[in-house]
Amino acid sequence: MLSRTASSLYWLGRYFERADFIARLVEATVRLDVLSSQPAGEDAWASALAVTETDTAFGGALEQAEVVRFLTLDASHPGSIVRCLDMARNNAKAVRTALTREAWTAINRAWLLFENRASPRGTTETLNLVDAVKNETRGFEGAIHRMLRNQTTWFIRLGQAVERADNTARLLDVKYHILLPEGEKVGGAIDRDQWTTILQTVSAVTAYRWLYNDGLRPADVIDLLIARSELPRSLAASVEETVDVLNLLAKRTGNHGEADRMARMRAARLAKTRSGEVIASGLHQYLQAFIHENGLLHAAIGRQFKFL
Amino acid sequence: MGKQAFDEIMGKPGAETARPELAALGRWIEDTPDAELRRRQEAAETTFRQLGITFAVYGEEEAAERIIPFDIVPRVFLHDEWTRLSEGLVQRVEAINAFLDDIYGERRILKEGVLPEDLVLGNAQFRPEIAGMRPPHGVWAHICGIDLVRTGPDDFFVLEDNARTPSGVSYMLENREAMLRLCPELFRQFRVAAVDSYPDRLLETMKSVAPHGTGSNPTCVLLTPGHYNSAYYEHSFLADSMGIELVEGADLVVDDDIVWMRTIAGRVKVDVIYRRIDDDYLDPLVFRPDSALGVPGLIAAYAAGNVAILNAPGNGIADDKAIYSYMPDIVKFYSGGECKLPNVETWRCREPDSLKYVLEHLDEVVVKLVDGSGGYGMLVGPTASKAEIEAFRAALIAEPQRYIAQPTLALSTVPTMADGGLSPRHVDFRPFVLTGSKGVQVVPGGLTRVALKEGSLVVNSSQGGGTKDSFVLMADQTQRMARGGMTQTMGGMTQSLGEIG
Repeated sequence: MLSRTASSLYWLGRYFERADFIARLVEATVRLDVLSSQPAGEDAWASALAVTETDTAFGGALEQAEVVRFLTLDASHPGSIVRCLDMARNNAKAVRTALTREAWTAINRAWLLFENRASPRGTTETLNLVDAVKNETRGFEGAIHRMLRNQTTWFIRLGQAVERADNTARLLDVKYHILLPEGEKVGGAIDRDQWTTILQTVSAVTAYRWLYNDGLRPADVIDLLIARSELPRSLAASVEETVDVLNLLAKRTGNHGEADRMARMRAARLAKTRSGEVIASGLHQYLQAFIHENGLLHAAIGRQFKFL
Repeated sequence: MGKQAFDEIMGKPGAETARPELAALGRWIEDTPDAELRRRQEAAETTFRQLGITFAVYGEEEAAERIIPFDIVPRVFLHDEWTRLSEGLVQRVEAINAFLDDIYGERRILKEGVLPEDLVLGNAQFRPEIAGMRPPHGVWAHICGIDLVRTGPDDFFVLEDNARTPSGVSYMLENREAMLRLCPELFRQFRVAAVDSYPDRLLETMKSVAPHGTGSNPTCVLLTPGHYNSAYYEHSFLADSMGIELVEGADLVVDDDIVWMRTIAGRVKVDVIYRRIDDDYLDPLVFRPDSALGVPGLIAAYAAGNVAILNAPGNGIADDKAIYSYMPDIVKFYSGGECKLPNVETWRCREPDSLKYVLEHLDEVVVKLVDGSGGYGMLVGPTASKAEIEAFRAALIAEPQRYIAQPTLALSTVPTMADGGLSPRHVDFRPFVLTGSKGVQVVPGGLTRVALKEGSLVVNSSQGGGTKDSFVLMADQTQRMARGGMTQTMGGMTQSLGEIG
């Protein structure tokens, strides 16, 4: 397989996953802002920008309409959903013969959602749009699992797994940036509301109930999203997926090295991670280190498969 | 247009019934309701859109992706028409290859005074950089698209030769797929030569011209400028149907005069490149230095004989419109016989007498830029406005050497679905001719382009043209055509089957 083809497939996976994440982030922020009994207000929107590291690039007012437009429709912002879908689609076009028609149409349909859309309008429309994006990413997920199980699928999955690890870490970090209203205690009602919102956006409320036969405890939510590989979006599961996919690629192409070693080491470390320790030594610092390390793995993958 | 055009199916313009050889097709047209034809046409276009068989129109917005309109009524070549046409095509393509070999080699044709020397050596399409280089196996124009027009039952003319990177073959294949699916009854009535072996033939051609000593299974690739190119679909389609890698310039690297492609498992040596990039952009070290599409060092690898490039660099000199007018002499010079496929009469505006004639008849002729394509930079006198004519007059006087002119031909028509039902529309035809180390072959089919606007003679897709499937009938047609399946007619089954095999 051409290095460029592999690189396009990998980036296709990353960008499509990222579009899904931004959609979930917008949804989480809308909920944090308006759905809870004590709205987080400006804080919520500031935190959405902070976790995507776009707080300096954003020049507008810290309110829903502005930030949502920036994160979803702004064609000049490289991290907006519309730009992610554009990049995903361009990468798909560059390798279109490698994709099945279903996979291509899922990408194309998601892209078409944004045609001629100038404003995100109200909350209902925003949530509808976010839902529609999530629908298409689910369709794409289904389509690639029905493709031939070869390098094509694996490079897409590798991109998705690396992106997903990054995204879940960022979503968890949202909570760090949102201050609790004055007088509210950590572990109090609002704190718990906010954690529930985070769970909702990764579709893990029910999973939480199943795995922790208990009321909502922030430490358990953190444990679930970081260390429980049963949850597909957890850091542990995403890292395991990179190990698995790299194994498949190594078996088929004989190409293994730095990236494999790095991924295996991370997986081993995550298996030993206890959420209590993470919280004690600082969740935000832990997540920042994780995101940085994820970047190193990304670079190692590029070197190993000679991406251009 | 005033002039009455020959209709390929009906024969005489306005005829009530089809040509006797195509009676069955005439009945099919008559018996199938317009609404049904329209439904099938729409079904074909929907498929094309879903598959993304699109092209981009230069000058329009980046996102403008359009499909080329498809017309459901096929154009048909009778077996003997096709046989004669093929002979002419083979002769012409052999001459083009011999001409290129000569011009970049001995230049016999110039020494003998058949062509004016400055027309060749001073031509922008002549590449002095590659003079003296010879492609592996001496083949230059591996894939040719010869544009033909027809004005009568036996009157075919070459409108232009395409010896660089002719496109459109994916339409030949996709249109046939659509017809087989939507009008299967036509293929029961007619024995139509299959075109779907084209990718195999193309791959064989590529392998046959691999540099000597490459081994039995050379690595072939298709080099595309990338997915922003208007013909990208065709590039990916062909690479996919041949099972070869679709590469961009950045995927290739030249090291020590060897071309490599970068794969996830390291470098793989490349032996044969079917490039769909113009010469100008092929190698920034030799041609345009600002090209980011090409491969630095590619021409050096080619000169060293380590890689075959299809079509060979430098071919533009053979299909230049100024050279075109000399093609009958060129064919005669190399083949030793008369040119079987005539040119359209052409006035070279660089010659004062011709320029005078053209300026006096601007409202009757078609004027073209010698280096233009795609229907751009073209004047169709009879349908042009006064202002357009005056603009061309000024341009012609300023730079006559940049233009040629041709009479406005009564191009043949084929019934075509229009707003008010079937109606004759003008067509042209691009057959594809492959040349490998073992000789020349004509693919039995091609791209029929149709001017969808009533009376229009401009068939280019960028100017609102559409396409049709092109049937080439096989030898035993007579038996099938007759209703009731008479088998005693001329030829007989044995001979016909032998010819097919």
